[in-house]
Amino acid sequence: MKILASQDHQAPAEGDTRSVALANDVDALALALDGVERVDLHFPSFTDGRAFSQAFLLRRRRGFKGDIRATGDVLIDQLVQMQRTGFSSAVLREGVDAADAQRQFEMFPGFYQGDAVNHQPIFADKAATA
Amino acid sequence: MYQYTEFDKTFVHQRSRQFRDQLERWQAGKLPEDDFRPLRLQNGWYVQRYAPMLRVAVPYGEIASRQLRVLATIARDYDEPEAAVFKAAMDGQGLLGTTFLPKNCAHFTTRTNVQFNWIPLSKAADVMDLLASVDMHGIQTSGNCIRNTTTDALAGVAVDELIDPRPYAEILRQWTTLHPEFAFLPRKFKIAISGAADDRAATGWHDVGLHMARNEAGEIGFKVFVGGGMGRTPVIGTVIREFLPWNQIMNYIEAIVRVYNEHGRRDNKYKARIKILVKSEGQKYIDDVEEEYRQIMEIDGGPHTVPQAEFDRVAACFVPPVLADIPDADPAALAASLQAQAAEHVAFGRWLKRNVHAHKNAQLRAVTLSFKRPGQSPGDATSEQLIAVADLVDQYSAGEARVTHDQNVLLPWVHASRLFDLWQEAKALGLASANVQLLTDMIACPGGDFCSLANARSLPIAEAITQRYQDLDELDDIGEIDLHISGCINSCGHHHSGHIGILGVDKDGKEWYQVTLGGSDGSDLSGAAVAGKVIGPSFSAAEVPDVIEAVLGTYRDLRESGETFQSTVRRAGLDPFKEAAKTARHKEEAVATA
Repeated sequence: MKILASQDHQAPAEGDTRSVALANDVDALALALDGVERVDLHFPSFTDGRAFSQAFLLRRRRGFKGDIRATGDVLIDQLVQMQRTGFSSAVLREGVDAADAQRQFEMFPGFYQGDAVNHQPIFADKAATA
Repeated sequence: MYQYTEFDKTFVHQRSRQFRDQLERWQAGKLPEDDFRPLRLQNGWYVQRYAPMLRVAVPYGEIASRQLRVLATIARDYDEPEAAVFKAAMDGQGLLGTTFLPKNCAHFTTRTNVQFNWIPLSKAADVMDLLASVDMHGIQTSGNCIRNTTTDALAGVAVDELIDPRPYAEILRQWTTLHPEFAFLPRKFKIAISGAADDRAATGWHDVGLHMARNEAGEIGFKVFVGGGMGRTPVIGTVIREFLPWNQIMNYIEAIVRVYNEHGRRDNKYKARIKILVKSEGQKYIDDVEEEYRQIMEIDGGPHTVPQAEFDRVAACFVPPVLADIPDADPAALAASLQAQAAEHVAFGRWLKRNVHAHKNAQLRAVTLSFKRPGQSPGDATSEQLIAVADLVDQYSAGEARVTHDQNVLLPWVHASRLFDLWQEAKALGLASANVQLLTDMIACPGGDFCSLANARSLPIAEAITQRYQDLDELDDIGEIDLHISGCINSCGHHHSGHIGILGVDKDGKEWYQVTLGGSDGSDLSGAAVAGKVIGPSFSAAEVPDVIEAVLGTYRDLRESGETFQSTVRRAGLDPFKEAAKTARHKEEAVATA
């Protein structure tokens, strides 16, 4: 997952059909995805978790292969959840230090449930190795 | 009990490491307070009126003796405020009349977790490491995420059990743990599961309630309820699925929670629970969930369909233990022997009747240790008591106990031939009060002495009623009755489901109490789940015990042969009780702070 500082991110320009910015109350299942290479999802506050579901639906349900980007109130402590729900890039909130970010990805060797990236839950792995 | 695998153990240790990292960044000023708060909440750390509060998870109430010993260590060595903190608390609460604040103890909650009220945040990471060493944690015991799945304390042993809910509760626990999509829901999310004919898990009051059953083909599944909840707008859950095959439980709850995450209100924290969405959307909510579930199955391929092998792996942990050194005995002979002992020892007879419960295995009993007695807050256990209980759990219950929804501890595997010995040991510890299910077996939240959300203190109310009702004959005569006390509308004391409910309210900056009657948790004793009704304007703390006495007096006057309190209230209606409560009002104008 790519981690960006705010100055390295440009919101989609007017008329840009390849990048789309989606408000977090919009139905991700209804979005037209033809020719779309990047979808910017939004966290108005990091405690508003609607974009996690939007990302999951775009990545897993619809099979979107392009960049799903987290914007808004993005902190390093939610990066792993973002990565697991299908985000492929994240624009850190102004002033947030990326230094501690990498460590977050190394905290857990595995998780119980399947997600947008690793579809199978851990018990499926057990069944596979049984 | 579920046995942690290497993966499970590593997981809680890593979680503890992650929390330590977050705590240190916060202490170093690298993580702002607002950013740290949800993270510490999702590890069980609140900041309360005078000190932090830790909520330790006890998944579906099951706890091992070695875990009780670690809780005892935490109570003894960590549940100790610094002198200045304690002085501030005693001074602050002293203004209201509090003369004693318990410390160095654990508190059993209505969702069968365990709380500590004084551990300094500087010690928080050490405590989480200590908990992890015995497979314990505070994962998702707070925050806007999926919380502890609860069940009934008699799961696996109840005579009326249809299906043991524990393996399903464990499977749910694993699937909900650190679910990446559902960590920032509009509000908290609570699941309860019942596998017996009698619903002792208050499932109707939960965001998702699950009733285990078999369909006509004999297959196991769930009746699924959604949208129950307490608080400002008490609502009983409605049926969303009459029958869901057992192995679809995670796929289906995924649909329920996803639709809630997308559409639950985020504009008003008091209107953000799923109960509000379910009520306002009605059939549309159900249709949305069914459509999402269909897509999970048909497009995603139902990845969380539980394989039989996984169920078998988990279920293998939930088998009755082998009780060492106890020969098989004829159940009828055991029962006769108990009757003889009861005839000879009246107190033992009382305890047998109230605190000892029938068991699937006719040679065994389930025993409740009562943590309800004068001079100790309901559901509190000192460090010494926890150690002593751990020893009893080893000696009498094969190392396994349950934290109950009523804030007691239950020993599920006691051989009937050993009940008399257990009673004597429990009695010596002060944990054999023969009051289970009676008036003084009340539920009470920690209230205003500890909790910054509270409008009023709950502990002095609980203590006053406990003091007034110590006569066992009188308690027996009043009979089975649920008294629930909450310090505020957040309802942690479940006042809405009390046959008598007491709710702390703030009026003119002083402590007042609303009294409700006729509430039910949905159990057979209580009737269909429903919120209690207020019986008059609020009462002062001094009036509350008199109100209780007046209400109970009216019950005795009106009851027909054998009627429980709850039955009389339902038959006679509230008016006679309202009139009686009025007579309990004190004549004095302004009541001095108690």
